[in-house]
Amino acid sequence: MFEGYTAEELQSIFIMQGFSGLSLFSVLLLMGLGLALIFGQMGVINMAHGEFMALGAYTVFLCSNLTHKYAPAFGPYYFICAIIFAFFICALVGALVEWLMIRHLYHRPLDTLLATWGLSLILQQGYRSIFGAREVTPTLPDWLMGSYTLKEGLDIPINGVFVLGLSIIVTAALMLFMYRSKFGLRLRATVQNRKMSGAVGIHTQQVDRLAFAIGCGIAGIAGAAFTTIGSTGPDSGSRYIVDAFLVVVGGGTASLLGCIASAFGIAQAQSVLEFFLDGTKGKVATLLVIVIALMIRPQGLFPSKVRGN
Amino acid sequence: MQTLFRSLFKSRAEAIAFGIFILFIFVIFPLTMPIFRLNLVGKYLTYGFVGVGLVLLWGRCGVLSLGQGVFFGLGGYCMAMFLKLEASDPVTTAIQSTPGIPDFMDWNQLTELPWFWEPFKSLPFTIFAIFIVPGIIAFFIGWALFRRRVGGVYFSIITQAIALIFSLGIDGNQGYTGGRNGITDLRTLLGWDIRSDNAQFILYFVSATLLVLVAFSAKYIINTRLGRVLVAIRDREDRVRFSGYDVAMVRSFIFAFAAMVSGLGGAMFVLQVGFMSPSIVGIVPSIEMVIFTAVGGRLSVLGAIVGCLLVNYGKTTFSEDFPNLWLYLMGGTFIAVVMFFPNGLAGLADKIPMLKPYASKWLNRNKQEPAKAPNTPSSNPVSDEP
Repeated sequence: MFEGYTAEELQSIFIMQGFSGLSLFSVLLLMGLGLALIFGQMGVINMAHGEFMALGAYTVFLCSNLTHKYAPAFGPYYFICAIIFAFFICALVGALVEWLMIRHLYHRPLDTLLATWGLSLILQQGYRSIFGAREVTPTLPDWLMGSYTLKEGLDIPINGVFVLGLSIIVTAALMLFMYRSKFGLRLRATVQNRKMSGAVGIHTQQVDRLAFAIGCGIAGIAGAAFTTIGSTGPDSGSRYIVDAFLVVVGGGTASLLGCIASAFGIAQAQSVLEFFLDGTKGKVATLLVIVIALMIRPQGLFPSKVRGN
Repeated sequence: MQTLFRSLFKSRAEAIAFGIFILFIFVIFPLTMPIFRLNLVGKYLTYGFVGVGLVLLWGRCGVLSLGQGVFFGLGGYCMAMFLKLEASDPVTTAIQSTPGIPDFMDWNQLTELPWFWEPFKSLPFTIFAIFIVPGIIAFFIGWALFRRRVGGVYFSIITQAIALIFSLGIDGNQGYTGGRNGITDLRTLLGWDIRSDNAQFILYFVSATLLVLVAFSAKYIINTRLGRVLVAIRDREDRVRFSGYDVAMVRSFIFAFAAMVSGLGGAMFVLQVGFMSPSIVGIVPSIEMVIFTAVGGRLSVLGAIVGCLLVNYGKTTFSEDFPNLWLYLMGGTFIAVVMFFPNGLAGLADKIPMLKPYASKWLNRNKQEPAKAPNTPSSNPVSDEP
């Protein structure tokens, strides 16, 4: 598949596709982090995670509209606030969903998968009724547009760099939160041994709710990041959900490092293969490799060393 | 006869429920419905095949596959390939640049039939393939995963990814598979026009008969020792393994059985609907098949079939009149079923406490041994959630 390209062209193609893969990597990573947090914490598979991502994206869209209508002067800066809004709105809805639905189903993990799929149907149709079936795009501030030319034939889009930076910040914040804060300590204790944690006075239900809310909030940030690289429709989220699941499973469920590694691998493979193989074949090839890898090594890249209880 | 009856039905109520169902699909529907509606019911019944497979796999064995659409699609595509080859003989396709190959291949500049299409010129091979292709693929996937003790949500996610791969793969290879449009314009089966009213009527009965046979074989499996091992695996996998059973083998077998049954359903779907496309095999239809089963009752063979009929009927009527409301209703129903009635309609029917004493008294009025009296309609000990 490499015939017909000179070595220099190939190098440029790999770097360009590598960079566009980085945007995909950022979105997949943010999606995967949220899913991994929820799945690692409670063994709950959140099929509506893609819809939380879409919720984040729609929040940014609404913020953009409101800003440009009422406070145009604030235009260049609104995006940062919108990301924070997206996080909190998604976290709030996530906490509500946990309280209404998930907490009743903890002992039936397969059923949470189905119930959250029902939720995703409702949310998708909700977006369709509120925002219409057509895809929407928020007005992005000028400093996010354009690209940076490294050398002839090699352009690096600024929004890609921004999204990458955002996902690095979020990952770092989550890691700090998990490993350096009191709540993170409680959360890790609950994952390791729920009954024992309860016995030493950790309010495990509260921990669950907060973990679910934060996972959904990170999906909201993923949605905000997504608006810079694509337009948002009612089913945008569901297009990423299988990839995000594979990121989590491929990385080894409870491992943040595995999540980063597998998101990077999946995004880069997909992005480079899509250039050389036409249409959906690149995606099919990537997915096929992951599924076969999971059949051979189901515990993923970095399996957790904690024994299940 | 007595033993056969015993091996199929646990109680008289179950047998009566089955009898009523058979009465409906073989007598009442064909007599009261115009052929268009009957054909729709026939289409819904083909999802019942998948539902029966899911009852064994998910309800009894505790393995939720979100990729049953793949096997439905494999069976369907096998059938569609045979019908398509028959529909594109050199005489009718004389205007193509290569006569004698399916039209979509001609549009995609293929000049000869791909090798994997060749065997589908023969009907016996096609019928063989409808069972064997889904069965072997499922067995292979199942064996690879179950042997490494992958279960629960992992299995669901991997099967879902397989459903995505399958639908994207068909979509992307237009010249070989018909692409997004699928395989359309299927006309005859061995010269017999399958689109005529008469043929639709006969195919409905063939489909219904096959479904009843499949349901009976599933019930047979449930009531044999294998069925008990399945439930044991669902509830306490490690204990079954320690007792010396090959858990991976049992699960792979059930997965393969469910896949073969789904493949048969897919083939009947193609015969009655007249086309096959990737939109019927992807992630969403695969999950929808799980929904039908969940609404009807994941533990009950009959429940799953009735669930397929009811949800699809609701889908057709509601989405005709209120397309916007339908998805809310579907999502809401699904959440409600999962949260409040995990055993679906069949579980609900079992739990009518007001009628139960009267019903069992009436049903057992002829029974000789009073010791058996408590074991009535559906105090089915295995049907409780773990």
